[in-house]
Amino acid sequence: MTELLLSLDQTSIFELLAPTSPGWGGNLLHGFINSIEIGVGAFALGLLIGMGGAHGKLYGGPVQRDLLQVYTTLIRAVPELVLILLVYFAVPDLINRLLETFGYGRIDVTGPVAGIVALGFVQGAYTTEVLRGAILAVPQGQIEAGRAFGMSPTMLMRRITLPAMLPFAIPGLANLWVSAFKSTALLAVVGFNELTLETRQAAGATKAYFTFFMAAGVLYLLLTLISNALIGRIEHWTRRGQPPVAESR
Amino acid sequence: MTATIKAIPRQTVANIAAEAIHVEHLHKKFGALHVLKGVSLSARDGDVVAIIGGSGSGKSTLLRCINCLENPTSGIIRVNGEEIRLKHDGNGSTEPRDRKQIERIRSRLGMVFQSFNLWSHMTLIENVIEVPVHVLGVKREAAVAEAEKLLARVGLLEKRDVYPAFLSGGQQQRGAIARALAVQPRVMLFDEPTSALDPELVGEVLGVIGGLAREGRTMILVTHEMKFAREVATHVVFLHEGRLEEQGSPDAIFGSPKSERLQQFIRRVT
Repeated sequence: MTELLLSLDQTSIFELLAPTSPGWGGNLLHGFINSIEIGVGAFALGLLIGMGGAHGKLYGGPVQRDLLQVYTTLIRAVPELVLILLVYFAVPDLINRLLETFGYGRIDVTGPVAGIVALGFVQGAYTTEVLRGAILAVPQGQIEAGRAFGMSPTMLMRRITLPAMLPFAIPGLANLWVSAFKSTALLAVVGFNELTLETRQAAGATKAYFTFFMAAGVLYLLLTLISNALIGRIEHWTRRGQPPVAESR
Repeated sequence: MTATIKAIPRQTVANIAAEAIHVEHLHKKFGALHVLKGVSLSARDGDVVAIIGGSGSGKSTLLRCINCLENPTSGIIRVNGEEIRLKHDGNGSTEPRDRKQIERIRSRLGMVFQSFNLWSHMTLIENVIEVPVHVLGVKREAAVAEAEKLLARVGLLEKRDVYPAFLSGGQQQRGAIARALAVQPRVMLFDEPTSALDPELVGEVLGVIGGLAREGRTMILVTHEMKFAREVATHVVFLHEGRLEEQGSPDAIFGSPKSERLQQFIRRVT
């Protein structure tokens, strides 16, 4: 026990986590920022795919619906890690083979773009379902009222359906944001310098595993807490027109 | 020739005043269910047409076909003399041929629903100015000024910044009437406006609708309130199983119904 406490000696912790060399804090922060970038990018891409996907699944033609069904089913069935490896290694290989066949040079699909594409593609499938459910939860009469007063389909979507579905979508989207951010840790496997990989390197180099993984955990927790506070405010705003929740006791 | 024109009595001239709604041989099928079986209906400017009939008689469907919320299976619909251009949709029904035309026609028909259908994410005044500002292109300040007048008229000015979920059913329906009035409708369509209300709230809504009828607004009113229909309607239409069974003045319909079915219906509901 005393040995464990000694290993947690405060000065050494601060030295290890110092932002500049020989401390590793700078590396951790750099990884943290990379993680946020990828997380935000993936979530945004997922939101775009999800809006198109939900719209297509609800209002699209039969072919479009079937294709989207295949997309959401496949993506949600296959582990995220497998999809990441696929986008990192298999897809660029495929693209490059195609490019070479047609006489073009190879392209390099690595770094943040590939990470955003891989995670965003996965997020898109889940976002599609969250938004589809939220749109279905909007009372049909409100959409019908928009039609009855001569709104065009795009105006109906922009003025009625989207804002009216937000209170039903926010809790699901909040979940997806947190999950998108944490999924960035999977990119450590393909050697992208996000928080988890930076942490592992720092821990490996100094053998202070406990210190660094705790520090990384605190950073993940910190972002989630800040997100929760922001999402709470957004949710409060989107629910401004909803009746107060009745007590169930 | 001139003599003939002069000879037309004033009454007749008034009668050929603009026809606001014209429905001819309207059929509507939902799958195998034949809801409307060739209904014709006409309302001139200033008419208050009450559509009555039992549950499932097709009266709401008839109203909802007028602005193509339901696409008729076949038939002709004219609003203010303009025929809604329909095309066959390939499934044995029709749909509006020209989306812009139907949107323009709808934007001047003030519809009031059974379940109010106010937009839950907007305050009352935002609900009322929504269509004038975003569909009809009215300036926001002008729309707000007009909306305040309308809300005052239905007795809800002090609720202008309240969300619909925090209003009673009667208040929501009065708000929905203000929303419909805000588009300066040529014709108002009421789809059982008091059926979802608690009995003690029916009066306040009927009061507002009655006031509109008395000022000569053209309206088509699907209702279960027979006493009210008799008071405000200029013309009553009785539907039975998708057919127009009998029509006439309120006194004729309620005072001396001719058909067996109408007699039964009136005995049952009064």
